[in-house]
Amino acid sequence: MRIAAIPAPARSPVPTAAIGLLFPLALLALWSVSARFGWLPPQILPSPAEVCSALLDLGRSGDLARNTAISLLRVVEGFAAGGLLGLLLGIAMGLSPRVEDYARPLFTAFAQVPTLGWIPFLMLLVGIGEPLKVLVIAKAAFVPVALNTLAGIRAVPPIYAEVGALFRFSRWQLLQKVVLPAAIAPIFTGLRYGLTHAWNALVAVELLASAEGLGYLLVWGRQMFWLDTMMGAMLIIGIVGFGLDRIMATVEARLQRWRLT
Amino acid sequence: MRRSLRGAVLPVMALPAWEFASHSGLVDPRILPPLELVARTAFDQVVHEGLLRNLGASLLRDIAGFSLGSLIGILIGTSLGLSPLADRIFMPSFNGLRQIAILAWIPLISIWFGVGEAAKVVFIMAAALIPVVLNTYEGMRSASGQLVEVARTLTFTRWQLVTRLYLPSALPSIATGVHLALIYAWVASIGAEYFMTIGPGIGGLIIAGRERFQMDLVILGILILGVVGFLINRGASMIETRLLRWQKK
Repeated sequence: MRIAAIPAPARSPVPTAAIGLLFPLALLALWSVSARFGWLPPQILPSPAEVCSALLDLGRSGDLARNTAISLLRVVEGFAAGGLLGLLLGIAMGLSPRVEDYARPLFTAFAQVPTLGWIPFLMLLVGIGEPLKVLVIAKAAFVPVALNTLAGIRAVPPIYAEVGALFRFSRWQLLQKVVLPAAIAPIFTGLRYGLTHAWNALVAVELLASAEGLGYLLVWGRQMFWLDTMMGAMLIIGIVGFGLDRIMATVEARLQRWRLT
Repeated sequence: MRRSLRGAVLPVMALPAWEFASHSGLVDPRILPPLELVARTAFDQVVHEGLLRNLGASLLRDIAGFSLGSLIGILIGTSLGLSPLADRIFMPSFNGLRQIAILAWIPLISIWFGVGEAAKVVFIMAAALIPVVLNTYEGMRSASGQLVEVARTLTFTRWQLVTRLYLPSALPSIATGVHLALIYAWVASIGAEYFMTIGPGIGGLIIAGRERFQMDLVILGILILGVVGFLINRGASMIETRLLRWQKK
């Protein structure tokens, strides 16, 4: 193993991205060879071609688009509800120490129990229909959004508020013209975490109680012992999760730049 | 009112409201069981049903997966952080794989590793591994270039360079990763019990409560989840500050 004294300069003629592809390609080759010679039974590891054709079948029959759309809709609904509540609570606690004193311990206790823990509780409360999914996803998004909003508002330099006071801003003006613009970047970081948590929660709730959605595709593949379908569904879950995070990261980078200038 | 007491207001108001709603039939007591029923269930579970055995089973699984995951994570993170070649070959794949929500691995893991204890530990290990790899990697790369120059001048061997320079300077970052791994591993232990075969454990207890429509059991399970998570987090923070005391001067 070589030890990096100084980060290696890009002296290699091969671009980094190509080197990053070496390992997956080697793995893919080994996987294909293993499938060809039947080193592992297809019930344990289907061939890459089978995974591809399972995905193509899902795509052609419209199952893939339908289930992805259902999952995305659930995440958007839950994230909107949870994110909004998180923003409201975070702003209220951030602006008023009194509200924080009253609400913080209960909020901490609520946040302490992982989303997975709340799912069976909510299943008994509201059944296993659509409200369950939205509630679980909303809970997952709510906690990081509230925490980051609170921290973001607290980090606004007090001198900003003093300048606002000089202008005789009302509370609403102070919030709208001073506090929120100054705290927008950390708040957005919270929203980004919230969306990641929401996506993970969606997979959890669809694995436990759902008859449609990407998580359900996994359950279905497992019940049928169709590993190719399962692996295809995993791939889509990864890609959609990555895509959602990329969108948020792009907006976040914009906001950071805007704040610095 | 004293500020420290304000936090107690909401819970103190909510509990009598809960009792009233449950006893008056305002809310179906099957949905909102009276508090004394939850307490009695807790007592029964501890004395007759082996709650502590369930808790022990969950914790043991948690510790096994966490230890394996942290150890392997530190090894992988160190290799990737110190070798630019390994970094360029493997890091993109690692980053690609971790985009898949961790729970989505459960069906595959349960087919590959069976439905017994091994599969659960493998899943918990995977959950613990990710934050440790990422933080160890970052920590190794953040070692000061000046110090490396000094070590070079002192003709450190490779082994000395790693143990005397890179590891100590990555330690705070590794500690952060291990702390996160503790939290992830505990959640993953519950996840493993939910989605793989029901065995002894707190997750199994909650699922059983749901299947039998016993809200008291589910609430008891949630309380235990929260308390254990809280204690793990607290303990980790304390150890972390203790271990890294030398750092703050």
